[in-house]
Amino acid sequence: MRISIASGKGGTGKTLIATSLALALSDRYHVQLLDCDVEEPNDHVFLRPEITGREAVTIPVPRVNEGKCTHCRKCAEVCAYNAIAVMADHVLTFPQLCHGCGACSYLCPEKAITEEGREIGVIEWGRSGAVDLVQGRLTVGEAMAPPIIRKVKTQAVRDGIALIDVPPGTSCPVVEAISGSDFCLLVTEPTPFGLNDLALAVETVQELGVPCGVVLNRAGIGDSGVVDYCSDKNIPVLLTIPLDTEIARLYSRGITLVAGMPEWKSNFLRLFDRVTEMIDERDRSSKR
Amino acid sequence: MKEIVVLSGKGGTGKTSVVGALAALAERKVLADCDVDAADLHLLLSPLERVRNEFWSGQVACIDPDRCNECGLCQELCRFHAIRDFQVEEVSCEGCGLCHHVCPTEAITMKENMAGHWFISDTRYGPLVHARLGIAQENSGKLVAVVRQQAKKVAEEQALDYIISDGPPGIGCPVISSLSGAALALLVTEPTLSGMHDLERVLGVCRHFGVPAAVCINKYDLNEENSRQIESQCLSQGVKVIGRIPFDNAVTASIVQGVPVVEYSTGRITREIVRMWQHLSTALAGRSGR
Repeated sequence: MRISIASGKGGTGKTLIATSLALALSDRYHVQLLDCDVEEPNDHVFLRPEITGREAVTIPVPRVNEGKCTHCRKCAEVCAYNAIAVMADHVLTFPQLCHGCGACSYLCPEKAITEEGREIGVIEWGRSGAVDLVQGRLTVGEAMAPPIIRKVKTQAVRDGIALIDVPPGTSCPVVEAISGSDFCLLVTEPTPFGLNDLALAVETVQELGVPCGVVLNRAGIGDSGVVDYCSDKNIPVLLTIPLDTEIARLYSRGITLVAGMPEWKSNFLRLFDRVTEMIDERDRSSKR
Repeated sequence: MKEIVVLSGKGGTGKTSVVGALAALAERKVLADCDVDAADLHLLLSPLERVRNEFWSGQVACIDPDRCNECGLCQELCRFHAIRDFQVEEVSCEGCGLCHHVCPTEAITMKENMAGHWFISDTRYGPLVHARLGIAQENSGKLVAVVRQQAKKVAEEQALDYIISDGPPGIGCPVISSLSGAALALLVTEPTLSGMHDLERVLGVCRHFGVPAAVCINKYDLNEENSRQIESQCLSQGVKVIGRIPFDNAVTASIVQGVPVVEYSTGRITREIVRMWQHLSTALAGRSGR
Protein backbone atom coordinates (compact mmCIF):
# COMPACT_ATOMS: atom_id res chain seq x y z
CA MET A 1 0.00 0.00 0.00
CA ARG A 2 1.30 3.40 -0.95
CA ILE A 3 0.16 6.54 0.87
CA SER A 4 1.53 9.96 -0.02
CA ILE A 5 1.51 12.98 2.26
CA ALA A 6 1.22 16.27 0.37
CA SER A 7 0.01 19.80 0.98
CA GLY A 8 0.23 22.44 -1.74
CA LYS A 9 1.35 25.02 0.80
CA GLY A 10 4.71 24.48 2.46
CA GLY A 11 5.19 24.26 6.20
CA THR A 12 1.77 22.86 7.05
CA GLY A 13 3.19 19.77 8.73
CA LYS A 14 3.70 17.12 6.04
CA THR A 15 6.94 15.92 7.55
CA LEU A 16 5.50 15.83 11.07
CA ILE A 17 2.56 13.73 9.85
CA ALA A 18 4.68 11.43 7.67
CA THR A 19 7.23 10.67 10.39
CA SER A 20 4.61 10.32 13.16
CA LEU A 21 2.49 7.99 11.04
CA ALA A 22 5.54 5.92 10.14
CA LEU A 23 6.48 5.49 13.80
CA ALA A 24 2.92 4.75 14.90
CA LEU A 25 2.56 1.96 12.32
CA SER A 26 6.03 0.52 12.62
CA ASP A 27 5.39 -2.02 15.38
CA ARG A 28 2.49 -3.59 13.46
CA TYR A 29 3.58 -3.39 9.85
CA HIS A 30 6.67 -3.19 7.74
CA VAL A 31 6.86 0.56 7.16
CA GLN A 32 9.00 2.32 4.64
CA LEU A 33 9.18 6.11 4.52
CA LEU A 34 10.25 7.61 1.20
CA ASP A 35 11.29 11.25 1.53
CA CYS A 36 10.57 12.67 -1.93
CA ASP A 37 10.97 16.30 -0.84
CA VAL A 38 14.41 16.06 -2.37
CA GLU A 39 15.02 19.83 -2.40
CA GLU A 40 14.62 20.00 1.37
CA PRO A 41 14.46 16.48 2.82
CA ASN A 42 13.67 16.65 6.53
CA ASP A 43 12.36 13.25 7.58
CA HIS A 44 15.87 12.39 8.74
CA VAL A 45 15.78 15.36 11.14
CA PHE A 46 12.91 13.66 13.00
CA LEU A 47 13.95 10.02 12.61
CA ARG A 48 17.73 10.34 12.95
CA PRO A 49 18.36 7.17 10.98
CA GLU A 50 21.62 5.37 10.64
CA ILE A 51 22.39 5.82 6.94
CA THR A 52 23.62 2.51 5.59
CA GLY A 53 23.69 3.08 1.85
CA ARG A 54 24.06 5.80 -0.71
CA GLU A 55 23.82 5.94 -4.46
CA ALA A 56 24.45 8.80 -6.85
CA VAL A 57 21.59 9.90 -9.10
CA THR A 58 22.78 10.78 -12.55
CA ILE A 59 21.10 11.85 -15.72
CA PRO A 60 22.53 10.75 -19.05
CA VAL A 61 23.97 13.72 -20.92
CA PRO A 62 25.49 13.68 -24.40
CA ARG A 63 29.17 13.31 -25.15
CA VAL A 64 30.06 14.05 -28.75
CA ASN A 65 32.80 12.16 -30.54
CA GLU A 66 34.13 15.00 -32.69
CA GLY A 67 36.00 12.49 -34.86
CA LYS A 68 32.74 10.96 -36.05
CA CYS A 69 30.63 14.15 -36.08
CA THR A 70 29.84 15.67 -39.48
CA HIS A 71 28.15 18.77 -37.98
CA CYS A 72 24.89 17.89 -39.67
CA ARG A 73 22.98 19.66 -36.84
CA LYS A 74 20.46 16.85 -36.38
CA CYS A 75 21.11 16.74 -32.62
CA ALA A 76 20.52 20.47 -32.19
CA GLU A 77 17.35 20.28 -34.27
CA VAL A 78 15.80 17.52 -32.19
CA CYS A 79 16.82 18.78 -28.74
CA ALA A 80 13.71 20.29 -27.16
CA TYR A 81 15.72 21.91 -24.36
CA ASN A 82 18.40 23.79 -26.36
CA ALA A 83 21.00 21.74 -24.57
CA ILE A 84 23.15 21.12 -27.63
CA ALA A 85 24.38 23.56 -30.27
CA VAL A 86 26.37 22.84 -33.41
CA MET A 87 29.04 25.32 -34.46
CA ALA A 88 30.96 25.28 -37.75
CA ASP A 89 33.64 22.98 -36.44
CA HIS A 90 32.54 21.75 -33.04
CA VAL A 91 29.53 20.91 -30.90
CA LEU A 92 28.65 22.64 -27.63
CA THR A 93 26.60 20.89 -24.97
CA PHE A 94 24.86 22.48 -21.99
CA PRO A 95 24.51 19.67 -19.46
CA GLN A 96 22.53 21.84 -17.01
CA LEU A 97 19.73 22.18 -19.56
CA CYS A 98 19.70 18.50 -20.59
CA HIS A 99 16.75 16.39 -19.44
CA GLY A 100 18.47 13.15 -20.45
CA CYS A 101 15.81 12.13 -22.97
CA GLY A 102 18.35 10.48 -25.27
CA ALA A 103 16.97 11.99 -28.49
CA CYS A 104 20.33 13.36 -29.70
CA SER A 105 22.26 10.13 -29.27
CA TYR A 106 19.49 7.94 -30.67
CA LEU A 107 18.91 10.11 -33.71
CA CYS A 108 22.51 11.01 -34.58
CA PRO A 109 23.02 9.53 -38.07
CA GLU A 110 26.76 9.07 -37.48
CA LYS A 111 26.33 7.46 -34.04
CA ALA A 112 28.75 10.12 -32.85
CA ILE A 113 26.97 10.76 -29.55
CA THR A 114 27.31 8.56 -26.51
CA GLU A 115 25.94 9.35 -23.07
CA GLU A 116 27.65 9.82 -19.76
CA GLY A 117 26.10 10.21 -16.34
CA ARG A 118 26.04 13.66 -14.73
CA GLU A 119 25.43 13.57 -10.99
CA ILE A 120 22.57 15.79 -9.80
CA GLY A 121 21.99 14.31 -6.36
CA VAL A 122 21.97 11.18 -4.24
CA ILE A 123 19.57 8.77 -2.67
CA GLU A 124 20.33 7.41 0.77
CA TRP A 125 18.75 4.69 2.82
CA GLY A 126 18.89 3.64 6.42
CA ARG A 127 16.87 2.54 9.39
CA SER A 128 15.41 4.26 12.40
CA GLY A 129 13.94 1.79 14.88
CA ALA A 130 11.61 -0.34 12.81
CA VAL A 131 11.16 2.27 10.05
CA ASP A 132 13.04 1.97 6.77
CA LEU A 133 13.89 5.41 5.42
CA VAL A 134 14.85 6.25 1.86
CA GLN A 135 15.59 9.86 1.04
CA GLY A 136 16.64 11.79 -2.02
CA ARG A 137 18.82 14.85 -1.89
CA LEU A 138 19.17 17.27 -4.80
CA THR A 139 22.67 18.74 -5.04
CA VAL A 140 22.71 22.45 -4.14
CA GLY A 141 22.73 24.49 -7.36
CA GLU A 142 20.98 21.80 -9.41
CA ALA A 143 17.49 22.46 -10.78
CA MET A 144 15.91 19.14 -11.64
CA ALA A 145 14.21 17.30 -8.80
CA PRO A 146 12.02 14.77 -10.70
CA PRO A 147 14.81 12.32 -11.68
CA ILE A 148 15.78 12.02 -8.00
CA ILE A 149 12.18 11.53 -6.95
CA ARG A 150 11.83 8.79 -9.59
CA LYS A 151 14.92 7.11 -8.20
CA VAL A 152 13.67 7.25 -4.60
CA LYS A 153 10.41 5.66 -5.71
CA THR A 154 12.18 2.76 -7.40
CA GLN A 155 13.15 1.68 -3.86
CA ALA A 156 9.53 1.28 -2.75
CA VAL A 157 8.76 -2.19 -1.45
CA ARG A 158 5.76 -4.06 -2.81
CA ASP A 159 4.55 -5.55 0.45
CA GLY A 160 4.15 -3.50 3.56
CA ILE A 161 3.35 0.19 3.73
CA ALA A 162 5.21 2.83 1.77
CA LEU A 163 4.66 6.40 2.96
CA ILE A 164 5.75 9.15 0.58
CA ASP A 165 6.65 12.61 1.88
CA VAL A 166 5.82 14.91 -1.07
CA PRO A 167 7.38 18.33 -1.77
CA PRO A 168 5.14 21.41 -1.54
CA GLY A 169 3.49 22.91 -4.62
CA THR A 170 1.46 21.48 -7.49
CA SER A 171 3.92 21.13 -10.39
CA CYS A 172 6.09 18.37 -11.82
CA PRO A 173 7.96 17.24 -8.67
CA VAL A 174 4.65 16.90 -6.83
CA VAL A 175 3.08 14.87 -9.65
CA GLU A 176 6.15 12.67 -9.82
CA ALA A 177 5.97 11.98 -6.07
CA ILE A 178 2.21 11.32 -5.79
CA SER A 179 1.60 9.33 -8.96
CA GLY A 180 0.96 5.65 -8.30
CA SER A 181 -0.25 6.26 -4.73
CA ASP A 182 -3.33 4.45 -3.41
CA PHE A 183 -4.22 7.44 -1.29
CA CYS A 184 -3.03 10.98 -0.61
CA LEU A 185 -3.24 12.75 2.73
CA LEU A 186 -3.39 16.52 2.25
CA VAL A 187 -2.07 18.40 5.24
CA THR A 188 -3.31 21.96 5.62
CA GLU A 189 -3.98 24.71 8.14
CA PRO A 190 -7.20 26.66 8.67
CA THR A 191 -6.14 29.95 7.07
CA PRO A 192 -6.93 31.56 3.69
CA PHE A 193 -3.39 30.57 2.55
CA GLY A 194 -3.99 26.99 3.64
CA LEU A 195 -7.36 26.93 1.86
CA ASN A 196 -6.07 28.45 -1.38
CA ASP A 197 -3.26 25.92 -1.63
CA LEU A 198 -5.41 22.99 -0.46
CA ALA A 199 -7.83 23.63 -3.32
CA LEU A 200 -4.88 23.52 -5.77
CA ALA A 201 -3.59 20.30 -4.20
CA VAL A 202 -7.05 18.71 -4.43
CA GLU A 203 -7.16 19.56 -8.15
CA THR A 204 -3.74 17.98 -8.56
CA VAL A 205 -4.62 14.66 -6.88
CA GLN A 206 -7.91 14.53 -8.76
CA GLU A 207 -6.03 15.01 -12.02
CA LEU A 208 -3.95 11.99 -11.00
CA GLY A 209 -7.02 9.97 -9.96
CA VAL A 210 -5.74 9.47 -6.42
CA PRO A 211 -8.34 9.56 -3.60
CA CYS A 212 -7.59 12.01 -0.79
CA GLY A 213 -8.46 13.07 2.72
CA VAL A 214 -7.40 16.05 4.81
CA VAL A 215 -5.30 16.41 7.94
CA LEU A 216 -6.04 19.73 9.57
CA ASN A 217 -3.04 21.04 11.50
CA ARG A 218 -2.98 24.00 13.91
CA ALA A 219 -6.75 23.85 14.30
CA GLY A 220 -8.03 26.77 16.34
CA ILE A 221 -6.23 29.52 14.49
CA GLY A 222 -7.65 31.26 11.46
CA ASP A 223 -11.15 30.74 10.16
CA SER A 224 -13.62 28.04 9.11
CA GLY A 225 -12.82 28.25 5.37
CA VAL A 226 -10.97 24.92 5.12
CA VAL A 227 -13.62 22.96 7.03
CA ASP A 228 -16.40 24.54 4.95
CA TYR A 229 -14.52 23.73 1.75
CA CYS A 230 -14.02 20.10 2.80
CA SER A 231 -17.67 19.54 3.64
CA ASP A 232 -18.68 21.30 0.43
CA LYS A 233 -16.39 19.08 -1.68
CA ASN A 234 -17.15 15.96 0.35
CA ILE A 235 -13.51 15.51 1.35
CA PRO A 236 -13.18 13.88 4.77
CA VAL A 237 -11.12 15.56 7.48
CA LEU A 238 -9.37 12.47 8.83
CA LEU A 239 -7.29 13.97 11.62
CA THR A 240 -7.32 17.30 13.44
CA ILE A 241 -4.28 18.54 15.34
CA PRO A 242 -4.84 21.60 17.51
CA LEU A 243 -2.58 24.65 17.64
CA ASP A 244 -0.49 23.82 20.66
CA THR A 245 2.75 25.53 21.68
CA GLU A 246 3.99 22.24 23.15
CA ILE A 247 3.64 20.53 19.75
CA ALA A 248 5.38 23.48 18.08
CA ARG A 249 8.25 23.28 20.59
CA LEU A 250 8.64 19.53 20.08
CA TYR A 251 8.63 20.13 16.34
CA SER A 252 11.32 22.79 16.66
CA ARG A 253 13.55 20.19 18.33
CA GLY A 254 12.89 17.59 15.66
CA ILE A 255 10.64 15.37 17.79
CA THR A 256 7.64 13.64 16.23
CA LEU A 257 4.20 13.77 17.78
CA VAL A 258 4.26 10.03 18.48
CA ALA A 259 7.65 10.18 20.23
CA GLY A 260 6.98 13.42 22.13
CA MET A 261 3.33 12.83 23.04
CA PRO A 262 2.73 9.05 22.99
CA GLU A 263 -1.01 9.55 23.49
CA TRP A 264 -1.09 10.62 19.83
CA LYS A 265 -0.17 7.15 18.62
CA SER A 266 -3.77 5.89 18.76
CA ASN A 267 -4.91 8.88 16.69
CA PHE A 268 -2.44 8.00 13.96
CA LEU A 269 -3.51 4.35 14.05
CA ARG A 270 -7.12 5.48 13.67
CA LEU A 271 -6.10 7.75 10.80
CA PHE A 272 -4.51 4.77 9.09
CA ASP A 273 -7.64 2.63 9.63
CA ARG A 274 -9.79 5.29 8.01
CA VAL A 275 -7.42 5.54 5.07
CA THR A 276 -7.44 1.76 4.52
CA GLU A 277 -11.27 1.74 4.77
CA MET A 278 -11.44 4.43 2.08
CA ILE A 279 -9.03 2.52 -0.17
CA ASP A 280 -11.04 -0.71 0.32
CA GLU A 281 -14.31 1.08 -0.44
CA ARG A 282 -12.86 2.50 -3.58
CA ASP A 283 -11.54 -0.91 -4.68
CA ARG A 284 -14.95 -2.47 -4.06
CA SER A 285 -16.79 0.20 -6.00
CA SER A 286 -14.34 0.04 -8.91
CA LYS A 287 -14.89 -3.75 -9.16
CA ARG A 288 -18.63 -3.32 -9.31
CA MET B 1 16.21 49.64 -9.45
CA LYS B 2 16.96 46.82 -7.03
CA GLU B 3 15.47 43.40 -6.90
CA ILE B 4 14.91 41.66 -3.57
CA VAL B 5 13.78 38.05 -3.60
CA VAL B 6 12.37 36.45 -0.46
CA LEU B 7 13.23 32.75 -0.11
CA SER B 8 13.30 30.21 2.70
CA GLY B 9 14.13 26.68 1.62
CA LYS B 10 11.52 25.29 3.96
CA GLY B 11 7.93 26.17 3.19
CA GLY B 12 5.61 27.93 5.60
CA THR B 13 8.22 30.00 7.40
CA GLY B 14 6.44 33.26 6.58
CA LYS B 15 7.78 34.43 3.20
CA THR B 16 4.44 35.71 1.98
CA SER B 17 3.61 37.46 5.26
CA VAL B 18 7.00 39.21 5.14
CA VAL B 19 6.53 40.23 1.49
CA GLY B 20 3.03 41.49 2.29
CA ALA B 21 4.49 43.62 5.08
CA LEU B 22 7.27 44.96 2.82
CA ALA B 23 4.59 45.80 0.25
CA ALA B 24 3.04 48.11 2.80
CA LEU B 25 6.38 49.58 3.98
CA ALA B 26 8.47 50.08 0.84
CA GLU B 27 7.78 52.96 -1.48
CA ARG B 28 8.07 52.98 -5.27
CA LYS B 29 8.14 49.25 -5.94
CA VAL B 30 6.59 46.53 -8.03
CA LEU B 31 5.64 43.26 -6.37
CA ALA B 32 6.22 39.90 -8.00
CA ASP B 33 4.81 36.58 -6.85
CA CYS B 34 7.32 33.99 -8.05
CA ASP B 35 5.65 31.12 -6.20
CA VAL B 36 3.73 30.23 -9.33
CA ASP B 37 2.79 26.76 -8.01
CA ALA B 38 0.92 27.92 -4.96
CA ALA B 39 0.71 31.70 -5.07
CA ASP B 40 -0.74 33.35 -1.97
CA LEU B 41 0.48 36.94 -2.05
CA HIS B 42 -2.68 38.12 -3.82
CA LEU B 43 -4.65 37.09 -0.73
CA LEU B 44 -3.01 39.94 1.20
CA LEU B 45 -3.03 42.63 -1.47
CA SER B 46 -6.57 42.52 -2.97
CA PRO B 47 -5.36 42.92 -6.55
CA LEU B 48 -7.46 44.25 -9.38
CA GLU B 49 -6.49 42.35 -12.50
CA ARG B 50 -5.48 44.64 -15.35
CA VAL B 51 -3.66 42.33 -17.80
CA ARG B 52 -4.12 38.58 -18.26
CA ASN B 53 -1.91 36.52 -20.56
CA GLU B 54 -1.67 32.87 -21.44
CA PHE B 55 1.61 31.11 -20.75
CA TRP B 56 2.46 28.66 -23.50
CA SER B 57 5.45 26.52 -22.80
CA GLY B 58 6.84 23.25 -24.02
CA GLN B 59 5.03 20.59 -25.96
CA VAL B 60 3.32 17.29 -25.28
CA ALA B 61 3.17 14.27 -27.53
CA CYS B 62 -0.11 13.17 -29.05
CA ILE B 63 -0.67 9.78 -30.72
CA ASP B 64 -3.13 9.44 -33.59
CA PRO B 65 -4.69 6.00 -32.97
CA ASP B 66 -5.67 5.67 -36.65
CA ARG B 67 -2.07 5.86 -37.78
CA CYS B 68 -0.47 3.98 -34.87
CA ASN B 69 0.46 0.39 -35.74
CA GLU B 70 1.27 -0.40 -32.13
CA CYS B 71 4.91 -1.27 -32.80
CA GLY B 72 5.81 -0.10 -29.31
CA LEU B 73 9.04 1.71 -30.25
CA CYS B 74 7.93 5.00 -28.64
CA GLN B 75 7.09 3.24 -25.42
CA GLU B 76 10.41 1.44 -25.38
CA LEU B 77 12.45 4.62 -25.94
CA CYS B 78 10.56 7.06 -23.69
CA ARG B 79 12.68 7.63 -20.61
CA PHE B 80 9.89 9.40 -18.76
CA HIS B 81 7.54 6.38 -18.90
CA ALA B 82 4.96 8.69 -20.44
CA ILE B 83 3.57 6.23 -22.98
CA ARG B 84 1.48 3.29 -21.86
CA ASP B 85 -0.76 1.14 -24.05
CA PHE B 86 -0.06 3.43 -27.01
CA GLN B 87 -1.41 6.44 -25.20
CA VAL B 88 0.45 9.46 -23.85
CA GLU B 89 0.17 10.21 -20.17
CA GLU B 90 0.43 13.97 -20.45
CA VAL B 91 1.47 14.60 -16.86
CA SER B 92 4.60 12.45 -17.35
CA CYS B 93 5.49 13.73 -20.84
CA GLU B 94 8.48 16.11 -20.75
CA GLY B 95 8.00 17.11 -24.38
CA CYS B 96 11.36 15.86 -25.63
CA GLY B 97 9.84 14.70 -28.94
CA LEU B 98 11.93 11.54 -29.30
CA CYS B 99 8.75 9.49 -29.90
CA HIS B 100 7.65 11.94 -32.58
CA HIS B 101 10.98 11.66 -34.39
CA VAL B 102 11.19 7.86 -34.31
CA CYS B 103 7.60 6.83 -35.00
CA PRO B 104 7.74 4.77 -38.23
CA THR B 105 4.12 5.61 -39.16
CA GLU B 106 4.35 9.31 -38.23
CA ALA B 107 1.46 8.84 -35.85
CA ILE B 108 2.88 11.13 -33.17
CA THR B 109 2.64 14.90 -33.30
CA MET B 110 3.83 17.40 -30.75
CA LYS B 111 1.25 19.94 -29.65
CA GLU B 112 1.92 23.23 -27.94
CA ASN B 113 1.13 23.21 -24.26
CA MET B 114 -0.79 25.94 -22.45
CA ALA B 115 0.89 25.77 -19.09
CA GLY B 116 -0.76 28.59 -17.16
CA HIS B 117 -1.49 32.31 -16.99
CA TRP B 118 0.29 35.42 -15.82
CA PHE B 119 -1.26 38.68 -14.70
CA ILE B 120 -0.45 42.30 -14.02
CA SER B 121 -2.71 43.73 -11.36
CA ASP B 122 -3.14 46.98 -9.51
CA THR B 123 -3.04 46.98 -5.74
CA ARG B 124 -3.14 49.87 -3.35
CA TYR B 125 0.52 49.10 -2.64
CA GLY B 126 1.53 49.36 -6.29
CA PRO B 127 1.58 47.02 -9.28
CA LEU B 128 1.70 43.23 -8.76
CA VAL B 129 2.90 40.71 -11.34
CA HIS B 130 1.69 37.20 -10.56
CA ALA B 131 0.95 33.91 -12.25
CA ARG B 132 -0.86 30.65 -12.02
CA LEU B 133 0.87 27.53 -13.32
CA GLY B 134 -1.63 25.00 -14.66
CA ILE B 135 -2.27 22.01 -12.42
CA ALA B 136 0.43 19.34 -12.72
CA GLN B 137 2.40 21.38 -15.27
CA GLU B 138 6.10 21.59 -15.91
CA ASN B 139 8.28 24.59 -16.58
CA SER B 140 7.49 26.53 -13.44
CA GLY B 141 11.01 27.98 -13.79
CA LYS B 142 10.13 29.47 -17.16
CA LEU B 143 6.93 30.99 -15.80
CA VAL B 144 8.93 32.49 -12.92
CA ALA B 145 11.27 34.00 -15.53
CA VAL B 146 8.28 35.57 -17.29
CA VAL B 147 6.99 37.04 -14.01
CA ARG B 148 10.40 38.55 -13.24
CA GLN B 149 10.82 39.88 -16.75
CA GLN B 150 7.40 41.58 -16.63
CA ALA B 151 8.06 42.99 -13.16
CA LYS B 152 11.32 44.45 -14.42
CA LYS B 153 9.52 45.99 -17.37
CA VAL B 154 6.92 47.60 -15.08
CA ALA B 155 9.70 48.89 -12.80
CA GLU B 156 11.55 50.42 -15.73
CA GLU B 157 8.46 51.98 -17.29
CA GLN B 158 7.43 53.58 -14.02
CA ALA B 159 10.99 54.30 -12.84
CA LEU B 160 10.44 52.38 -9.60
CA ASP B 161 13.14 51.75 -6.99
CA TYR B 162 12.45 48.14 -6.03
CA ILE B 163 11.21 44.81 -7.28
CA ILE B 164 10.11 42.73 -4.29
CA SER B 165 9.56 39.06 -5.12
CA ASP B 166 7.87 36.37 -3.09
CA GLY B 167 9.84 33.23 -3.95
CA PRO B 168 8.88 29.56 -3.95
CA PRO B 169 10.00 27.05 -1.31
CA GLY B 170 12.79 24.56 -2.01
CA ILE B 171 16.09 24.99 -3.83
CA GLY B 172 15.30 23.61 -7.31
CA CYS B 173 14.26 24.92 -10.68
CA PRO B 174 11.77 27.70 -9.76
CA VAL B 175 13.99 28.91 -6.89
CA ILE B 176 17.04 29.18 -9.13
CA SER B 177 14.89 30.97 -11.68
CA SER B 178 13.68 33.46 -9.00
CA LEU B 179 17.14 34.10 -7.63
CA SER B 180 19.71 34.44 -10.37
CA GLY B 181 20.83 38.02 -10.83
CA ALA B 182 18.79 39.51 -7.93
CA ALA B 183 20.43 42.24 -5.83
CA LEU B 184 19.67 40.51 -2.54
CA ALA B 185 17.99 37.38 -1.20
CA LEU B 186 16.12 37.78 2.07
CA LEU B 187 15.94 34.33 3.64
CA VAL B 188 13.07 33.84 6.06
CA THR B 189 13.71 30.99 8.46
CA GLU B 190 12.33 29.69 11.74
CA PRO B 191 14.16 28.29 14.78
CA THR B 192 13.26 24.66 14.11
CA LEU B 193 15.73 21.94 13.16
CA SER B 194 13.99 21.61 9.79
CA GLY B 195 14.10 25.36 9.20
CA MET B 196 17.81 25.44 10.08
CA HIS B 197 18.64 22.48 7.85
CA ASP B 198 16.80 24.06 4.93
CA LEU B 199 18.37 27.49 5.53
CA GLU B 200 21.82 25.95 5.09
CA ARG B 201 20.82 24.57 1.71
CA VAL B 202 19.22 27.75 0.42
CA LEU B 203 22.26 29.74 1.62
CA GLY B 204 24.30 27.32 -0.48
CA VAL B 205 22.17 28.12 -3.51
CA CYS B 206 22.68 31.88 -2.96
CA ARG B 207 26.45 31.36 -2.77
CA HIS B 208 26.37 29.14 -5.84
CA PHE B 209 24.69 31.87 -7.88
CA GLY B 210 26.60 34.74 -6.27
CA VAL B 211 23.59 36.50 -4.78
CA PRO B 212 24.19 38.22 -1.40
CA ALA B 213 21.88 36.99 1.34
CA ALA B 214 20.43 38.37 4.58
CA VAL B 215 18.43 36.36 7.10
CA CYS B 216 15.20 37.00 8.95
CA ILE B 217 14.36 34.66 11.85
CA ASN B 218 10.61 34.40 12.11
CA LYS B 219 8.90 33.11 15.29
CA TYR B 220 12.21 33.95 16.96
CA ASP B 221 10.93 33.10 20.45
CA LEU B 222 9.59 29.64 19.54
CA ASN B 223 12.97 28.14 20.44
CA GLU B 224 15.51 30.77 21.48
CA GLU B 225 18.34 28.27 21.73
CA ASN B 226 17.86 27.37 18.07
CA SER B 227 17.57 31.08 17.20
CA ARG B 228 20.93 31.77 18.85
CA GLN B 229 22.43 28.89 16.91
CA ILE B 230 21.13 30.33 13.63
CA GLU B 231 22.67 33.69 14.58
CA SER B 232 26.07 32.20 15.28
CA GLN B 233 26.00 30.10 12.12
CA CYS B 234 25.11 33.15 10.05
CA LEU B 235 27.82 35.17 11.76
CA SER B 236 30.44 32.54 10.97
CA GLN B 237 29.41 32.60 7.32
CA GLY B 238 29.38 36.40 7.11
CA VAL B 239 25.61 36.53 6.61
CA LYS B 240 23.71 39.26 8.44
CA VAL B 241 20.62 38.48 10.51
CA ILE B 242 18.54 41.60 9.92
CA GLY B 243 15.16 40.51 11.27
CA ARG B 244 14.01 38.90 14.49
CA ILE B 245 10.26 38.58 14.36
CA PRO B 246 8.44 37.28 17.42
CA PHE B 247 5.63 34.72 17.23
CA ASP B 248 2.34 36.58 17.17
CA ASN B 249 -1.21 35.40 16.47
CA ALA B 250 -1.70 38.72 14.69
CA VAL B 251 -0.04 37.16 11.63
CA THR B 252 -2.80 34.60 11.19
CA ALA B 253 -5.45 37.16 12.06
CA SER B 254 -4.11 39.52 9.39
CA ILE B 255 -4.17 36.71 6.80
CA VAL B 256 -7.81 36.06 7.67
CA GLN B 257 -8.49 39.78 7.23
CA GLY B 258 -6.52 39.75 3.99
CA VAL B 259 -4.21 42.63 4.91
CA PRO B 260 -0.45 42.91 5.56
CA VAL B 261 0.35 42.32 9.23
CA VAL B 262 1.92 45.76 9.66
CA GLU B 263 -1.46 47.28 8.86
CA TYR B 264 -3.25 44.97 11.25
CA SER B 265 -1.09 45.21 14.34
CA THR B 266 0.65 48.13 16.04
CA GLY B 267 2.46 45.75 18.37
CA ARG B 268 6.05 44.59 18.65
CA ILE B 269 5.82 42.43 15.54
CA THR B 270 5.19 45.49 13.39
CA ARG B 271 8.01 47.43 15.02
CA GLU B 272 10.40 44.53 14.33
CA ILE B 273 9.37 44.32 10.68
CA VAL B 274 9.73 48.09 10.24
CA ARG B 275 13.21 47.87 11.72
CA MET B 276 14.05 45.00 9.36
CA TRP B 277 12.95 47.03 6.35
CA GLN B 278 15.18 49.91 7.49
CA HIS B 279 18.14 47.50 7.65
CA LEU B 280 17.26 46.05 4.30
CA SER B 281 16.88 49.36 2.48
CA THR B 282 20.13 50.64 4.02
CA ALA B 283 21.93 47.47 2.96
CA LEU B 284 20.59 47.86 -0.56
CA ALA B 285 21.49 51.53 -0.77
CA GLY B 286 25.11 50.44 -0.31
CA ARG B 287 24.99 48.14 -3.34
CA SER B 288 25.06 49.15 -6.94
CA GLY B 289 21.72 48.66 -8.60
CA ARG B 290 20.72 46.23 -11.28
